[in-house]
Amino acid sequence: MCEMQRGAGSSSDPCRRPVLQVRRTWEAEAPPRGLSVRNRSARADCVLLFVRSCFRDYFTHKFRAMLGKTRLIFPGEKVLLAISGGPSSSAMLSQVQQGLSQSAQKKLRFLPAIVHIDEGGALGLSLVERQRLVSELQVIFRASGFNFYTIPLEQVLDLPSSVVNVAPPSFDQAPDSYKAAVDVDLQGAGRDPQQGGGVPEPRLDESQTRSLQQLLGSAATLTARAELLSTLRQHLLVHTARTRGYSKLLLGESCSRLAVRLLTCVSLGRGAHLAQDTGFSDCRFGDVTLVRPMREFSAKEIAVYNHMFGVPTVIIPTLDTKMPEKASIQRLSQSFVSRLQQDFPSTVSTIYRTSEKLQTAGGGCSAQDGRCLLCVCSVDTAAGKASALQARLISEQLCCQEPAGTVQVGPTPPAGQCCSATDGECGRPAGGAGCCSSHFRAPEKKELQKLLCYSCQLILRDMSSVAHLPQYIVAEAERRKRRSLMKDEISEFLLEEEGSS
Amino acid sequence: MPVSCSSCGEKRAALKRPKTGHSLCKECFFMAFEEEVHQTIVNASLFKSGESVAIAASGGKDSTVLAHVMKVLNERYNYGLELMLISVDEGITGYRDDSLETVKRNQQQYELPLKIVSYEELYGWTMDAIVKQVGLKNNCTFCGVFRRQALDRGALMLKVDKICTGHNADDVAETVLMNVLRGDIARLRRCTAISTASEGEGVVPRCKPLKYAYEKEIVLYAYFKKLDYFSTECIYSPNAYRGHARTFLKDLESIRPSSIIDIIHSGENLSVREGVKMPVQGTCSRCGYISSQALCKSCVLLEGLNRGLPKLGIGKHHRLHGKILSQQPLTEKEERKLKSVEF
Repeated sequence: MCEMQRGAGSSSDPCRRPVLQVRRTWEAEAPPRGLSVRNRSARADCVLLFVRSCFRDYFTHKFRAMLGKTRLIFPGEKVLLAISGGPSSSAMLSQVQQGLSQSAQKKLRFLPAIVHIDEGGALGLSLVERQRLVSELQVIFRASGFNFYTIPLEQVLDLPSSVVNVAPPSFDQAPDSYKAAVDVDLQGAGRDPQQGGGVPEPRLDESQTRSLQQLLGSAATLTARAELLSTLRQHLLVHTARTRGYSKLLLGESCSRLAVRLLTCVSLGRGAHLAQDTGFSDCRFGDVTLVRPMREFSAKEIAVYNHMFGVPTVIIPTLDTKMPEKASIQRLSQSFVSRLQQDFPSTVSTIYRTSEKLQTAGGGCSAQDGRCLLCVCSVDTAAGKASALQARLISEQLCCQEPAGTVQVGPTPPAGQCCSATDGECGRPAGGAGCCSSHFRAPEKKELQKLLCYSCQLILRDMSSVAHLPQYIVAEAERRKRRSLMKDEISEFLLEEEGSS
Repeated sequence: MPVSCSSCGEKRAALKRPKTGHSLCKECFFMAFEEEVHQTIVNASLFKSGESVAIAASGGKDSTVLAHVMKVLNERYNYGLELMLISVDEGITGYRDDSLETVKRNQQQYELPLKIVSYEELYGWTMDAIVKQVGLKNNCTFCGVFRRQALDRGALMLKVDKICTGHNADDVAETVLMNVLRGDIARLRRCTAISTASEGEGVVPRCKPLKYAYEKEIVLYAYFKKLDYFSTECIYSPNAYRGHARTFLKDLESIRPSSIIDIIHSGENLSVREGVKMPVQGTCSRCGYISSQALCKSCVLLEGLNRGLPKLGIGKHHRLHGKILSQQPLTEKEERKLKSVEF
């Protein structure tokens, strides 16, 4: 153990002098065994002082303990790592590489592959720039020795509509079968070594890029655009995992990022889905489970780890890079949490602890039909008698008593408007026959609203036109509409609710 | 070009609703505002006919508007309620005495009986004296805890069935945010409830009829109805933690006006995992008030003030309850920790 008890600067040997101070807030009285701690303030804030080698052990141990404790990833299971190139996911990749190497203690036993979604099209990057970034990343991926896929986000327009549906898990994931699976694996059931190559990526089509940009451009606010982008990305990741037989998807979100995400979700109305959006495992898709193994690491720890151990990262801009603070809710939450963290150092860990205590309302991963079309979480718009949703509906009703004769000149048109701003206002109420900008199967905004959860409804509200939605979403919306019409016809003969058994 | 009201279509619009962005004329706005409060009251079944209800009045905009709207709705829809005003005097010179004058004026305008309870008579301490001992950082805790009990005691003295407070949508949203930031899972679950539980002695249930009304709309209502209220910030409040949540909320509202209702929706739909430790309601062994610990918070705070240990009550103190109850002196180490105060 390193000389942590005696505090900073007391050790004479330069190699063993502490190089890192990590501030952690412990809920329990005692910090983890094996690490000595100097209690600095009365607020149960502990400052841990580390030497280089101990820090690596601490980091590695935490990563493996998270995976091992929850027994979520079975030995021999195919796991997809979603790597964006940023510091957090790069650290995750490095940890997985180390964990799988033969010499590792308690080595990891799953079969990883890498997926990277190239979002340059959505951000308006040039083709040359995109290719440059992707080839930098491919160098890193090749060095890891795993199979990798680099997929442009434009592919999301070609997805099948099954991607927004829940599929049953492909094999038994019960906790008792975990031990059995470990035993089988230990007996050396021979596994073919991975070739570690890239799958040739499809050629980028200009028109697809334009459609994608139009889709994102139809979201009037940056908040809605960012949410839409992350939804599309999630769909594409899940589809990739599903079609290639991966049952787990590892995301590299750190503690700091998840604390900001929690606050953002609360502000967006996603209170019912907080556990799924920020928890360790997210089983909303059924067969593909999203896992967040980096959620105990703060951004600072990851940054120091990457710096100390030379983990390569590639910085790719996102939608809100270099945007002012009030450009979007996500951006505002981030700057708020960072600012608060300076005055109250336990903010991030406190928010993180709050997220651990939450669960999904209504027992989570169940009912097929009651799922949101976009985010695949359970729909939370059953307006209880006295609820915020009810209050909002009442307000809308009270203010729009005569939609037919009135021309709305205010800057924010009510949800009932049907035309996109670019086509000019036609002044006709939504649901009127023959809206002027419709083409053959354009969905009605109002009908789509019924299929969405509260926060996705807000995204839709911010969209000026739904004409650019990808085909798979439109098709799925149609299918659900037909199904609910069918159900209404036969409702008196149905004995029990679908999916209730 | 004059905009016409989107509700009646006839008159010229005088304002734009912060909540939905619609342009409305004055009368339609009054009607919409009052209707919404009425719908809230009816949907949540807040009152029963024949009950006596105390309106917690501080002289500020929320309670003034609440008193006005409650009176209007009581007559319009025949709720059959007996209304009265109750006000708390914390003993803050320059702030509370002015707002109390406003409350007295309200009483005359609405012809409702008024009762004033003061910290001085209930606890023997005014907020000015408390701040001198405690400093400016944790004083809001004292004021809030004492006020809650003061309202309950006043309501018991008046023998009313319910209390209604003027908490608006912004307050509830700030509370949700604050509880997330503070990690207070127990309060997070309860804070979006529109009325508190009604069982137990010594507890008068309280409700928030204005829960879904935006603060800006309340000000608009008061402005157009020419209601008289006192609008200064408490002089001791600038360092409160709630200020951070409030700035965040104001910024959120400027990005997306529906954020306030969205946050309340999030708070209502939160679900806590089983097995998370939750406080259990009991009674205080000293004063009999409801409490989840052996001693209620105001007894602990009072004890700290009386003994000259201002930090007793801020932070974790349940281990000292036994000692306080049995009147034992605290050890020197404990005393030292509790005395230090940063101004």
